[in-house]
Amino acid sequence: MKPFKTHRGVVVPLNRANVDTDQIIPKQFLKSIQRTGFGRNLFQDWRYLPDGRNNPDFPLNQERFADASILVTGNNFGCGSSREHAVWALTEYGIRVILAPSKKRDGGVVPAFADIFKNNALKNGILAIEMPSKEIDEIFEAITCYHGLHATVDLEKQTIVFHASKEFSFKFQIDQAIRERLLKGLDDIGLTLQKEEAIGEYERQHNPSPGAR
Amino acid sequence: MFASKKTLFEKIWSRHVVANLDVSTVLLYIDRHLVHEVTSPQAFDGLRAAGRGVRRPDLTFATMDHNVPTDDRTRILDPISRAQIEALAHNCRQFKIRLFDLNDAQQGIVHIIGPELGLTLPGMTIVCGDSHTSTHGAFGAFALGIGTSEVEHVLATQCLPQRKPKTFQVEFDGALPKGVTAKDLILKLIGAIGTAGATGYVFEYAGQAIRDLSMEGRMTICNMSIEAGARAGLIAPDDKTFDYISKGNRPFTPKGETLDKAIAEWKKLPTDAGAKFDRTLRIDATKLAPQVTWGTSPGMVGDVTSPVPEPDKVPGYSKADVEKALEYMGLTPGTPMTDVKVDVVFIGSCTNGRIEDLRAAAKIIQGRRVAQGVKLMVVPGSQTVLKQAEGEGLDKIFKEAGADWRQSGCSMCLAMNPDQLKPQERCASTSNRNFEGRQGKGGRTHLVSPEMAAATAVEGHFVDLRRWEGNAR
Repeated sequence: MKPFKTHRGVVVPLNRANVDTDQIIPKQFLKSIQRTGFGRNLFQDWRYLPDGRNNPDFPLNQERFADASILVTGNNFGCGSSREHAVWALTEYGIRVILAPSKKRDGGVVPAFADIFKNNALKNGILAIEMPSKEIDEIFEAITCYHGLHATVDLEKQTIVFHASKEFSFKFQIDQAIRERLLKGLDDIGLTLQKEEAIGEYERQHNPSPGAR
Repeated sequence: MFASKKTLFEKIWSRHVVANLDVSTVLLYIDRHLVHEVTSPQAFDGLRAAGRGVRRPDLTFATMDHNVPTDDRTRILDPISRAQIEALAHNCRQFKIRLFDLNDAQQGIVHIIGPELGLTLPGMTIVCGDSHTSTHGAFGAFALGIGTSEVEHVLATQCLPQRKPKTFQVEFDGALPKGVTAKDLILKLIGAIGTAGATGYVFEYAGQAIRDLSMEGRMTICNMSIEAGARAGLIAPDDKTFDYISKGNRPFTPKGETLDKAIAEWKKLPTDAGAKFDRTLRIDATKLAPQVTWGTSPGMVGDVTSPVPEPDKVPGYSKADVEKALEYMGLTPGTPMTDVKVDVVFIGSCTNGRIEDLRAAAKIIQGRRVAQGVKLMVVPGSQTVLKQAEGEGLDKIFKEAGADWRQSGCSMCLAMNPDQLKPQERCASTSNRNFEGRQGKGGRTHLVSPEMAAATAVEGHFVDLRRWEGNAR
């Protein structure tokens, strides 16, 4: 995996909560046995009109967001199906960073990202950043004010700087183990295989074979 | 001592830790890895590219379900679907993985056949590249859905790096009213806490209403845990669990003395009295009504007796999101749900495609006709369910009512095969997701129980099953 240190790019808004993976990449595109070829069908049903032309109302199709690589969206992004194809579609389109808010509800917190999606994103070097609602609202507002808003994400410093006429920035929180893996671009399977002895020992102690217990 | 009191989940977790990786992550051993055609080809390619093998092919089991035709199984017309199915067969041959293919008498939806074959047992860790893997939690197993990179990881190492989720106990007190089912319990819960209400948690479902449920009903509840954002859902194993495992043709269960010993161990699994959960919730099951979703998220759900909501009066959803959902669904606020007419009824899926679901639906349909203009499609979850249902004559009941009786597979739950809704067709579905386009581009899905689906097929619109005269018998 390519290490993630800093990234600068155009910020594109998708101001909806609960964007599910069926929406990110509909099932008719899951038949491929490749990891590539999903980018053009990212957000298919929102991005294209029934006749196949670009839907001009959808942000990704708007000229000001051309080549966007930082997606800012609502909470519970990536809910639903475990399909990693959703992440492959996002990466192939060019998205490297996703910003979403955690929200308070009934005394609890509604997280920014769905669990499986967040794991899948990490495995593919997409940085999924959870931020307070208030900050995400400010970003949405800044996007409407500044044409082609750029931002720079620095994973080492855990900051995101928005290059508006007046620059503003936020610190963000991230699990340190995840940060480490992204910064170094570590291969998870390779890491686990370093524990091969422990795995073998576990198998000797607990016989996991079918019918054995 | 307080610290020795553990929940069911904690007992399974601690027994599967192979190593600590960092402060927040452990390496967890995986007892069963279930594989299907859609989320695995890229994982096998990854293994080949890195020159790695499958560590435990004997713990890995594959089937074809998502893409398969439910009419004529001898030919798959879509060449891309066929390529995916052939890729799985090829990968299983190369890596020596047991495959339940389309010619196998026990083929079916992966989450239906796992328990049927006896692959799913209490106390296990089970993964599959499919979010509805939570189904297997009904047996007191920690079962979770994973992405394709993780599928590759488990193939290569039989382990998965995992951060420990928090625990969330939901108690359903009292007995369910007639006409209210396991599906209604889980839809009610999702409506109450939202589709991200349990993100970062594993559920443990408890209470009388859960104990009263059959294994099939328990699987329905656990199946949709993911729809509340949870990583998994568990139910403590009990005599019903052991009975299910001991009976029937389940080639992979332990037998004889080994089974007796296993049951003795499984009896130690339930949560210790006084063990603490990170979160708890109680729901009075006696007061529940049949549930119907009205929107484009499983959390957009209400009692069948409630009208389509006003956009600004839905807890947990913004007015704009509800407006978008109602526009997509073609519904007007204030319309009674019982006035909403459907075009299609789908009975099947890993949520409600088991024998008991088909029996319950058949009981409602028996001696009646599907309403004019309504298509009813019944898709058994597996070949085993299909044969059992045909043995009991359920297929005849459905066919005589005018239904389309199909072969086993995921079918219209995700509509990857030709079983799809047309734009703006409205469907009462026993599946698990009512997302935009889920059952076909522009299709409108309402999630319901099998009983509600059957009654809706008869009437042509939603009914309150508790008061529906057809449910009197």
